[in-house]
Amino acid sequence: MSDLAQITDLDAFGTEVRGWLDENCPASLRGGGNALTGVNGGRKWKPENPDERVWLERGAAKGITAPMWPIAYGGGGLSPQQNKVLLQTMRELRVPAPLVGFGLTMIGPTLLQYGTEAQKQEHLPPIIRGEIRWCQGYSEPGAGSDLAGLQCRAVEDGDEYVINGSKIWTSNADEADWIFCLVRTDPLAKKQEGITFLLIDMDQPGVTVRPIPLISGASPFCETFFDDARAHKRNVIHKVNAGWTVAKALLGHERTMIADAFGVGGGGTRASLADRARRYLPADADGRISDGAMRDEIARAEIDSRAFALTVQRSKDAAKAGHQPGPESSMFKVYGTELNMKRHELMVRIAGPQALSWEGPGFADDELDLTRAWLRSRGNSIEGGTSEVQRNVIAKRVLGLPD
Amino acid sequence: MDLVLTEDQEFIQKTAADFVLERSPVSRVRELRDRGDATGFSRELWKEMADLGWAGIPYAEDVGGAGMGFAELVLVLEELGRSLAPEPFLSTVLLAGQALALSPNEALAKEWLPRICNGEAIGTLAYQEARSRYDLGAIETTAAADGDGFTLTGEKVQVLDGHVADALIVSALRDGAVALFLVPADAPGLTVTRQSRVDSRNAAIVVLDGVRVGPEAVVGDAALLAASVDRATVGLCAEMLGGMQQAFDLALDYLKTREQFGVRIGTFQTLKHRAADVFIEIELCKSAVMAAARAIDAGSDDLAKLVSVAKAKCADAYVLATNEGVQFFGGVGMTDEYDIGLYMKRARAAEFTFGDAAFHRDRWATLAGY
Repeated sequence: MSDLAQITDLDAFGTEVRGWLDENCPASLRGGGNALTGVNGGRKWKPENPDERVWLERGAAKGITAPMWPIAYGGGGLSPQQNKVLLQTMRELRVPAPLVGFGLTMIGPTLLQYGTEAQKQEHLPPIIRGEIRWCQGYSEPGAGSDLAGLQCRAVEDGDEYVINGSKIWTSNADEADWIFCLVRTDPLAKKQEGITFLLIDMDQPGVTVRPIPLISGASPFCETFFDDARAHKRNVIHKVNAGWTVAKALLGHERTMIADAFGVGGGGTRASLADRARRYLPADADGRISDGAMRDEIARAEIDSRAFALTVQRSKDAAKAGHQPGPESSMFKVYGTELNMKRHELMVRIAGPQALSWEGPGFADDELDLTRAWLRSRGNSIEGGTSEVQRNVIAKRVLGLPD
Repeated sequence: MDLVLTEDQEFIQKTAADFVLERSPVSRVRELRDRGDATGFSRELWKEMADLGWAGIPYAEDVGGAGMGFAELVLVLEELGRSLAPEPFLSTVLLAGQALALSPNEALAKEWLPRICNGEAIGTLAYQEARSRYDLGAIETTAAADGDGFTLTGEKVQVLDGHVADALIVSALRDGAVALFLVPADAPGLTVTRQSRVDSRNAAIVVLDGVRVGPEAVVGDAALLAASVDRATVGLCAEMLGGMQQAFDLALDYLKTREQFGVRIGTFQTLKHRAADVFIEIELCKSAVMAAARAIDAGSDDLAKLVSVAKAKCADAYVLATNEGVQFFGGVGMTDEYDIGLYMKRARAAEFTFGDAAFHRDRWATLAGY
């Protein structure tokens, strides 16, 4: 069990944490790992590198897989200040998080907020130990932006619900063990008022999964089908027909997660736009790009990027100073994703015919990556709340424009 | 460099906002224009602003300034920009004052800065010529050696507040290189003719016909001119930020009140989305102006780039906000009676001052090495 929480002096805490991390994180894992490539655990997990399992077990035992969750469930019980020191130390030592995934970021916090004691006891420890991997069952083929229009049906049968329908865009459903699902329990009520938040074990004959290939190739997205699948009533979170409330709380977390990933300098590629331009386009002896129009577009993209980064910083500085999140925070998802998409547009336009890769000869490895990255980027303005929905939200909640 | 206001800064901002609300509504601009006012602003209000310490905000206490910085100055300028206040801030406090404060000519600074800080003297920079566009070095005015002094010959255009300036700091080529010279308004050979600009900003043509100045009139070189203009650019961006917010507020209010087809026009989704886009651009400008102001105060290496970010973004955003603003107002947006048109004119004028967005993107690219 974690003894870290008891070290209230932050300097002493930092020293203790640094020593423990240095000693316990295997060398082969240093310098890697982020939310997109980290360890998700679960029943089906077969780590290629056995050090990953070692690190997960040590981290779980120490309470640092879920540092701020209550100790009673296996969390670290840390304060936000202690957690900040922990994360900073991990960054400095290039130590990856022992565990990532929806269990920690989405369903866990939801259970902490809305779950009964029995539910917390049942589900949180396996999350913390990385034994159970979770996926999210929200969208349906007929319910995307209009999520509340979902139709996946759950009918009472004794102590259980019988579920029929399907979910779409379930990330990593083929690797997950449990799904937190929005189901329709009252088809006659107003659509938001007939939805229940239900936890379902995917390891049963009634649940099948089909991966969805995208225009960018393989993806973690899946369709999930429920044919007389079953879930015990004790896995209803909060109250029957009150699932929309729970869902909205979760959606906020999801939008921040996506914005963080694609916003400030995210999207991963290292070479600057100017370097790429000089690789494919003429430049003079001083390295000045000859195509004035392209040079101007690159400058515009970089200036917009800088202004956006300053706005993210301004929002964080305001939060640090104790101010409420300002209206500017509504813009991060829509602007961050569109910046990323424009950047990819520029990159493929710079590479020109060399960006038409799919496989095989005549294309460099990074050109193969670029084509897929550009294709995948087109989904950024759609997933996690479309840009159109985001603008509607800004218009209504920030600008107060009438319905 | 935290992009957040301290309590003291919030107080300065509130004082400025209250003052402008009470004493300087945008209707003043139309009134001054319509009666062809010879000064083009209110000397009484300018004195009041100086008494509030505004003209001296970025200047040292030993010259009568407040010993604060651009982080505070931009807050006042933003409020003044909200109402298109015509008082000579840009010319006097930002152009002339900054050139003097940065100048190695201490005697000149000691002579003029106290009078700038207390509102007694109006100054300006005469740097622009008919064909110079945004290139500070593309000038033809010359400073010929004349004994131990210089004789200045040339023509400057759109000199801000040139018709009321007590001191004009003029750029001229001395041995082929740009240098700045302080010329008092009463110097023989100086002719000032007031111009009429679309945005009613006060400006003048200044003709120098063999104007003689002594060696003590040298203010600085090309580097000083560039540094002064960069600082003035940040000040202008703060004014632009205020103006674009006010224009947007006016337009939003119209969307929420104007009815057509039995509904308020703000219910139309295309207007909602376009308004959301203006909102986002304004938020980006807020951050850029805050960062540039703090970079000046910190003497940051990153300053030139941040100035270009601020100007490029503010130019595009102010034009967007006002073009959209006029469109949202429909027919009445095109009338002189409604204020939105005044902001649209000012947006354009500000865009073409100290380098437009394309100029600053080019400058960013050069600074970034491509």
